[in-house]
Amino acid sequence: MMDLNTIIQILDSTIRLATPLLLACLAGLFSERAGVFDIGLEAKMLVAAFFSAAVAATTGSVWLGLCAGIAASVVFALIHGLASITFRGDQLISGVALNFLASGMTVLIARDWFNEGGRTPALIDGGRFQPITLPFAEALSGVPVLGPIYHDLISGHSILVYVAFLMVPLTWYVLHRTRFGLRLRAVGENPGAVDTAGISVVRLRYSAVLIAGVLCGIAGAYLATGLAAGFVRDMTAGRGFIALAALIFAKWRPWYAMGACLLFGLLDAIGNRYQSIELLGIAVPGQFMQALPYILTVVILAGFVGKAIPPRAGGAAYVKER
Amino acid sequence: MTLPRWADVVLIPLINLFLALLVSGLVVLLIGEDPVNAMKIMVNGAVGSSYGWGYTLFYATNFIFTGLAVAVAFHARLFNIGGEGQAQLGALGVALVALSLPWPHWTVALPFTILGGAVFGAAWAAVPAYLQARRGSHIVITTIMFNFIASALLVYLLVSALKAPGMAPESARFPAGTFLPSARDLFGAFGISFARSPLNVSFLLGLVACYLVWVLLWRTRLGYEIRAYGHSEPAAIYAGISPFRIIMVTMLISGALAGLMAVNAVQGEAQRLLQENVLGAGFVGIAVALMGRSHPVGVLIAAILFGALYQGGAELEFETNVPREMVLVIQALVILFTGALDNMVRDPVKGLFLRLGRRPGADVKAAE
Repeated sequence: MMDLNTIIQILDSTIRLATPLLLACLAGLFSERAGVFDIGLEAKMLVAAFFSAAVAATTGSVWLGLCAGIAASVVFALIHGLASITFRGDQLISGVALNFLASGMTVLIARDWFNEGGRTPALIDGGRFQPITLPFAEALSGVPVLGPIYHDLISGHSILVYVAFLMVPLTWYVLHRTRFGLRLRAVGENPGAVDTAGISVVRLRYSAVLIAGVLCGIAGAYLATGLAAGFVRDMTAGRGFIALAALIFAKWRPWYAMGACLLFGLLDAIGNRYQSIELLGIAVPGQFMQALPYILTVVILAGFVGKAIPPRAGGAAYVKER
Repeated sequence: MTLPRWADVVLIPLINLFLALLVSGLVVLLIGEDPVNAMKIMVNGAVGSSYGWGYTLFYATNFIFTGLAVAVAFHARLFNIGGEGQAQLGALGVALVALSLPWPHWTVALPFTILGGAVFGAAWAAVPAYLQARRGSHIVITTIMFNFIASALLVYLLVSALKAPGMAPESARFPAGTFLPSARDLFGAFGISFARSPLNVSFLLGLVACYLVWVLLWRTRLGYEIRAYGHSEPAAIYAGISPFRIIMVTMLISGALAGLMAVNAVQGEAQRLLQENVLGAGFVGIAVALMGRSHPVGVLIAAILFGALYQGGAELEFETNVPREMVLVIQALVILFTGALDNMVRDPVKGLFLRLGRRPGADVKAAE
């Protein structure tokens, strides 16, 4: 059937495809755990993808590109914070608006800046994140089974991939082992109690939204400068929503988020490689594979496989008692 | 403290719209074009000729249906973000009906395609509605997921069961008996010349839908229950209104309205099923409902405004360096300012009314 090489190739591509999902998913995790719903993950990733590619193409430095991407994403996060925290507006509507804004604005600026019909020039050499070879990867590649796994699967990704996966324990630690994390989770469950304790709800929520901005910025930058070589219109292609789905699938917990993102990444990788798959004698069409993350999320939301309960204060602005 | 009604319904939406246009103007300025000139081109392109009007009202017809869909759900405090998917399924329903029989005349076909679009749209809204009503699954998330599932479903059907011979992933052309008369035909019958455009009788259907939604919401017991539920769920339950029933019925109506968009876009214009039949109109419905303050008259006005925006945007791209995506930006800013940043305008306006020494609260009480 499938040999080890094929499996490694599919898993390798799973890790690449899961990386932007994971970063965006953790972004959503911070924001929603603090009680700010964020359906604008897609928007933040998209502006970050564009500005990182644009700056990397113009300056030739992918690091400057990364910074520009994060900055753009943070600006969008601030707009979301302004609308949903300061002006107590509807968080969902703000997210919808930002998604449109990103989709229109990136193409608008891209056309004006590069004149290539809404894309950036293809990135070369220093404009992209290069794969990193981990220590001993070459030396160990001869070892049967484990050698190729280490050499081809674990080693040889760009730095942002490792950053994304290191963010998982870090997120867990920050949320569950620090005072900031405790307060952050509290503000998503019962902001009144946090306020009573003399801690600023507004400041906590803004920090969560800003962290989400930074993480989405990295996700978008990886998309345009690591996974692809440049920006094309609407290149996020619904990944922000898949990340949102993964977040619900993981029931707002970091380690499970990684599992969910890897699962959705795997579905994507298999869908990319095979047009249709024979499963128990039935041909499963590729479109079904594409829709599977969404279908699974609906099933989870329906509570047939464990119930997904969002943070209790999510979606509501906090109005201080006057 | 509340604002006088005219300020709430007219003044604040206008200030919001003005702010959105102001920021859009800045964007136009930044890409090196003259905003005033751009505005002139857009207005002229949208309403300066019967050709412009034809396209403006054609787009407006789509937005009337999707806007009403979002508005009806808003009244029950449900955010139906799934208009896009429901309209895609509505397109499937319309196409299945249109392709099923060799229809003799459009007047025979129309009631059935209306039914097809409405039933399929409603069916696509039924699952998220049920999950919200019975299992408490957040309807915003489930309807987003259903948008993607709908899109995958249509792509699949158009490369398999419904695919017409040839390269393109689209269905066969509908029989000629389903073609709706265009505005050109209708005006021509009275000897008035009207440019060729996709505007067709569905626009009248949209007007009827506006009226029926108004009747439903403000002249029937069901509409009262929907609004009561939206104002206060505990009060509605106390009054014996079943939340399950209200959520289901409201979402079915909402989905049906979104599905009806396909009568205009698919039967009226494309005359075949494509992979993308809705082209974002489901999302424009959100902007339209927000601007129209969820009232059918407001939705109608906002839909025509957005129709003009889409048509004007197309002309703008034709005549200047401003690409079509400008429309998306304006649309986003309208949603942002009217929907999410509403308090940014509302709070200062309230303060102003207080400072002017009037007692707006008293006005409203007197009016009631």
